[in-house]
Amino acid sequence: MKSSTLPTPAGTGGPALEVEGLCVDLRTPSGTVRAVNGVGFQVRKGRTLALLGESGCGKSMTALSIAGLLDPTAEVTGGSVKVSGTDVLRLGQAGRRKLAGPVLSIVFQDALTALNPVQPVGRQLAEPFRIHRGMSRRDAREKAVELMTRVGIPEPRLRARAYPHQFSGGMRQRLLIAMAVALDPDVLIADEPTTALDVTVQAQIMRLLRDLQTERDMALVLITHDLAVVAQRADDVAVMYAGNVVETGPVAEVFSRPRHPYTRGLLDSVPEHAVRGRPLPAVPGSPPELSAVPSGCVFQARCPLAQERCAQERPRPMSVGASRSAACHFSEELDRV
Amino acid sequence: MTSFLRKRIISSAIPLVFVVLGVFCLARLTGSPVDLYLPLSATPQQRAEFSAAHGFDDSIPVQLWDYLTNAARLDFGTSLRTGESAGSMVLKAFPVTLQLAGMTMLLAILGALLVGSLAAYRPNSLIDRIAGLLSMTAASIPDFWFAIVGVLVFGVGLDWLPTSGTLGGPEIWVLPIATLLIRPFGVLVQVVRGSMVGALSAPYVKVARSKGADPKRVVFGHALRNSITPVLTVAGDLTVGLVNGAVVVETIFGWPGIGKLMIDSILQRDFAVLQAAVLLTAVTIFALNILVDVCHALIDPRVRQAVPA
Repeated sequence: MKSSTLPTPAGTGGPALEVEGLCVDLRTPSGTVRAVNGVGFQVRKGRTLALLGESGCGKSMTALSIAGLLDPTAEVTGGSVKVSGTDVLRLGQAGRRKLAGPVLSIVFQDALTALNPVQPVGRQLAEPFRIHRGMSRRDAREKAVELMTRVGIPEPRLRARAYPHQFSGGMRQRLLIAMAVALDPDVLIADEPTTALDVTVQAQIMRLLRDLQTERDMALVLITHDLAVVAQRADDVAVMYAGNVVETGPVAEVFSRPRHPYTRGLLDSVPEHAVRGRPLPAVPGSPPELSAVPSGCVFQARCPLAQERCAQERPRPMSVGASRSAACHFSEELDRV
Repeated sequence: MTSFLRKRIISSAIPLVFVVLGVFCLARLTGSPVDLYLPLSATPQQRAEFSAAHGFDDSIPVQLWDYLTNAARLDFGTSLRTGESAGSMVLKAFPVTLQLAGMTMLLAILGALLVGSLAAYRPNSLIDRIAGLLSMTAASIPDFWFAIVGVLVFGVGLDWLPTSGTLGGPEIWVLPIATLLIRPFGVLVQVVRGSMVGALSAPYVKVARSKGADPKRVVFGHALRNSITPVLTVAGDLTVGLVNGAVVVETIFGWPGIGKLMIDSILQRDFAVLQAAVLLTAVTIFALNILVDVCHALIDPRVRQAVPA
């Protein structure tokens, strides 16, 4: 039904989400800065891509621009975002609204503020059905109760009338996920879905996401700064630094043989590799201010391999093996070290 | 909800007692009515008779006791000026003010919701800037100045509107309401804009948009109800301020409302009427505050739950 306007029928293998050269500019009081600079990646149905990076690297901004939810101070200035074959950046507001829910959906991180505090949760869960399927209030409410049952809310019929503040953090996140998958989207973006939760609940939420993904054959973009989550849950990873994707590839390969010094720095700083009595290993320095990103390689100031060339020429993402790429002049050398 | 109401009423009753005491004492600081009502040539004998007839010869605590016990029976004494019962004079004047204030607040709130929401939907747009300038100006204009200039321009100069009085068609409402309206409207536009900007940038609005909700649904379905709480609080405060405004407006435009009644009874040391008028005003303000609280509870489930059953 929903794919009637889309060239790629579900399941024929084309990527469900294809981002190319995405650029986002951010207007700040001290001038315009580029928050996302030429980001690109692909995700197929049923697969999970982790967008990995530290705070402020542009991963959430990337997610919001894919979903068309940027604040007015931010603007997409280039690139393309194809969702099931349609370039959503070329669609108008109304066209994007049609896709929001049935084709592309997003789960936010803070479930307390992401649910409307003055509306019963049942009504909020019913909203996608009301908007996109034109269902009656009663039918939509039935659907909402079904969804609540599916994501494991006890006594769903009763709890549908409750308000967000009457749920625990984990239950709220379940509600948010239920709302996002309500219309069986092709692509689901999860923006740090477990950040606000304690560890045991985190595991439950990740399991729920995985089950829903398998059951509905969704392409999942998992935005996170948690290396363990990436290792356990993702098929592919795109590592972001200062608005750029510096390395992409299958998780197992990227994590065992990183081809970008930043990826390697991140992996080395996992405390498992630490030696008792020595300071924890870390990537020295801090990411550049967005207003002062150097003209050459964005990582040069913190890179142990940096040479003169890195200050002058920005490395482009280059293929470094089957479905792998890295944006480093010395990725070959890095592999040999 | 009923226990919420009961608690709220009880906690309002205590300050009410202090208002009654305060007005009783302050009124007596304005001087003795005997000097005002009897001619200078009155004999001490006549003065003593007048005092005795109206109870002014009793000590202050005795007068207070009489006042309180009578008030408890809803007897507020008689007016020195007219000989009418103070209670009925106040009740006659009250609806005039209530109409004026009610109409004013209704227009102010509806207007502010419209202008404030428009301004908030696109912050820093042209509409937003114009609304900001206008509301700031409106909130800063003194009401007595606006009223006098209004009478001068539209009443005397252009002769479009009556200068004062309550005889005539709808045109008699224009200047009094405009005078009362201008400040609450200006303040409320700013409040609506502020809380709407906050609500529209809240994560749940992003979520609503991620479900494909159109702007109308986003503003009216999600943001409005969340942004109305501070608006109600401020509107309640402003309504209380209208009592002040009513004194000015009713005096300038000669409306027989409670504001004018209060001023007249102060000038003429008509204690009984003054006390009754202030008491009724105070009760109205307390009722208003309770109403605002009830509205909060109806709008926000978190407020409802915060009240222990």
